[in-house]
Amino acid sequence: MVKDKFIPGRRSFIKTTCLVGMGLAIGIDSLARPFNIFHKNAAGVDVELSPFILIATDGTVTIVNPRPDMGQGTLQSIPSLIAEELEVELSQVKIIQSDGKSKYGSQTSGGSTSVRQLWTPLRKAGAAVKEMLIKAAANRWGVADDKCYAENARIFMKGTDKSLGYGQLAEDASKLEVPLNPSLKDPKDFKIIGKNLKKLDIPERVTGKAVYGLDIDVPGMVYASILHSPMIFGKVVSFDAAAAMKISGVQSVMKCERKMIHRMAEGVAVIASSWWAADKGRRALNVKWDNGGLDKTLHTETYFKACYDAARKSGINFEEHHDFQTKFNGAKLKLEVNYETPFLSHVPVEPENATVVVNDDGSVEIWAPVQGPAETLNEVADYLNVSPEKIKVNATLLGGSYGRKAYIDYVKEACFISKAVKKPVKVIWSREDDIGQGPYRPGMLSHMQGFVKDGRITGFHHHAIGESILGQVFKGLSDDEADGTICEELSTRNSKYQFAGAEKISWTNVKTEIPIMWWRSVNAANFAWGQECFIDELAHLAGKDPVDARMDLLNDERYKKVLQVLVEKSHYREKLTAGRGKGISLFSSFGSICGCCMTVSKVNTGIKIEKVVAVMDCGQFVSPDMVKAQTEGNIVMGISAAIKGGIIWKNGVCQHSNFNNYHVLRLSEMPELEIHIIENGEAPGGVGEAGLPPVAPALGNAIFAATGVRLRNLPIDINNLSMVG
Amino acid sequence: MAKYIITVNRKEYTIDVDPDIPLVWVLRDYLGLKGTKFGCGIASCGACTVHFNGNPARSCQLPISSIPRNAKIVTIEGISGVTLHPVQEAWIEIQVPQCGYCQSGQIMSAVALLKKNPNPTDEHINAALNGNICRCGTYDRIRKAIHKAAQIESSN
Ligand code: FES
Ligand code: FES
Repeated sequence: MVKDKFIPGRRSFIKTTCLVGMGLAIGIDSLARPFNIFHKNAAGVDVELSPFILIATDGTVTIVNPRPDMGQGTLQSIPSLIAEELEVELSQVKIIQSDGKSKYGSQTSGGSTSVRQLWTPLRKAGAAVKEMLIKAAANRWGVADDKCYAENARIFMKGTDKSLGYGQLAEDASKLEVPLNPSLKDPKDFKIIGKNLKKLDIPERVTGKAVYGLDIDVPGMVYASILHSPMIFGKVVSFDAAAAMKISGVQSVMKCERKMIHRMAEGVAVIASSWWAADKGRRALNVKWDNGGLDKTLHTETYFKACYDAARKSGINFEEHHDFQTKFNGAKLKLEVNYETPFLSHVPVEPENATVVVNDDGSVEIWAPVQGPAETLNEVADYLNVSPEKIKVNATLLGGSYGRKAYIDYVKEACFISKAVKKPVKVIWSREDDIGQGPYRPGMLSHMQGFVKDGRITGFHHHAIGESILGQVFKGLSDDEADGTICEELSTRNSKYQFAGAEKISWTNVKTEIPIMWWRSVNAANFAWGQECFIDELAHLAGKDPVDARMDLLNDERYKKVLQVLVEKSHYREKLTAGRGKGISLFSSFGSICGCCMTVSKVNTGIKIEKVVAVMDCGQFVSPDMVKAQTEGNIVMGISAAIKGGIIWKNGVCQHSNFNNYHVLRLSEMPELEIHIIENGEAPGGVGEAGLPPVAPALGNAIFAATGVRLRNLPIDINNLSMVG
Repeated sequence: MAKYIITVNRKEYTIDVDPDIPLVWVLRDYLGLKGTKFGCGIASCGACTVHFNGNPARSCQLPISSIPRNAKIVTIEGISGVTLHPVQEAWIEIQVPQCGYCQSGQIMSAVALLKKNPNPTDEHINAALNGNICRCGTYDRIRKAIHKAAQIESSN
């Protein structure tokens, strides 16, 4: 499906004015930067040879990156796929961000799909354009195509010193038929893919020049700070704006709405000439809210209690093989326990923000850090009820996201306010908004049952319990249905563990009003915790070493290899001094397999994380260093999720407001890291998320190895283990 | 509103603003120096770190009225000249940034550390940069890059 969208179709000779102009059109030079990071401007006319490739008559090659960069490196990795086949160096091309238009297909950075989905289609796009340029040159010289070859943005005639630049051939090439099945390069000839090239956007990011959503300035723009309902869904009964209006710079105060995906929330916006004034005004507001019962429903303890109640009953079967329940009841050596994971906030360091102008003629322009330019365009078109052609999306660099900026409630707020005040408006959320308003990664419960026989783990049941994103947010789950998006990942078809006795995956949906959404690795990190710690518990029950017990369950060579390499690189078999321990875990998600080993040591009443070794099998990849960087980031976020955070709502009040009471890992807590990548030429897997799920269980298992304490609830207070257990 | 004169990156600016507006918003929204970022507003994330008379300071905590006219303020835009600062060079060499949003603050903290302590240990680095959050998780590389920058500076 995706494929069709990306193969350059039959198209006519299109002259487009350079897309880079979009920043300059409104007279702000800085706006051009995020879309034109290498400062190359075409002097000639751009010729569109594919939606993703423009070649100007002066030779400038422009590549459109369809997946916004939130730190995962798509600004380089995705254009690399084209550049490799097109035979241009990255330093020779200008890279611009797609604008949400349908000709670029799906444009959401999410689900670790970018390289996986675009690997073949974008290589084909590059190869097709290269073949067209070769044909154009061959025609000009009156020789056969195979007498010509492409290199370094030029076409050469073999055995001669004749050559033509891409710019000289662009117009001719554009009149040719687009080959549907261009031949792709042999991976052994790759010059960009698989190589450790430096990221070209990094200089801008270390000099303060990179432009994020928060840095956008539009002439005539005003700022808005919004007092959201403290109980998220409370209704505005009345508000007193007198004190706010006295603050210098404050222009107006208005009731506004926050369109979340599944429901509407209300707020009061203060509009001012600076964000500081707007925010000061917001703090001076006096609003009366109708919270009708939200103090009861926004209460995490009630939710978890309902989850534990569900664990005592049977859920809806997703799959069951060999009558698990009867075998479990009859088993001699068995275990039944629960594993809990908390709600979490994404907390990207750049808070949610959006700059929008809704013009009198109904046209709309948006500048915002969003994971999905196309989704933004379509959702805003729906929300404002204007046709998509009237909307222009400028997707800026994202100062972190981790799933949060795929949820564009903040963009719609700016639309609502701009429409009302008839000016460009910049909405900036405070950190308190970000932490207190959700949506959150849902807290979940894993009810685990398992049995062992003759030193082997033979029976395994994972009962996944909690609120469903598919159900709550997308209203796509009926009450008698197991959430397939969650259960599929836990299925033995995916976990690759084979249990000789019986196995079962089941599900219970426990509902909550606390708004939830995707968070890096979605539910994989929730359930890897239960799966991988419980496998360890069963291994010990069977009298087996946890690695040997896993090996015994695996017959897929890729999984075995990851585990073998992990054992080797982490020196897992070496004896440790007393008070130290190593824990292993293995989990597959987003098309990749990641193994993790943690070493911890006892310190006073707690433990210290000394070292983390991760082994990643993501098949083919664009840049080994980017795979490493993503895995490092996942380890850090995975440790934060395991030992920090944990969003708690009590009687309708979020117990956290900012980084002083919602903690994330800091530099002094960083263990030593070691990442190993398996090279096997398999189909590309995702790298933005797959490294996260195995982190917490490796820690839980390491703590058990070092201290004998088995922890089943996250987050863990690693400084005080005696409090739990 | 009141008139203030401040010196940023060796340049003097006159601005007419609210006395309690924090420096971070003055830099960003009045002086157009957007390299300094906002992340928390309560001195907990370090994204807004600048140098105040040579010391790292959280600009979200500095109301404009508290800043003397002759105070020397340096931002990320002011640490490099014709060539990059060795810390920036090291950041590129080690490929530190992911999203990069926290990195202006990280770099300002690192530059200030190296000025006081040209050869810091991991413990010194931990102490000096613990106030700078990186949600993307580049800490390991930050540590390596500071050692690298120390090397570059000593060989210069
Ligand atoms: S914005 Fe100043 S420390 Fe976070
Ligand atoms: S690089 Fe993204 S927050 Fe540090």
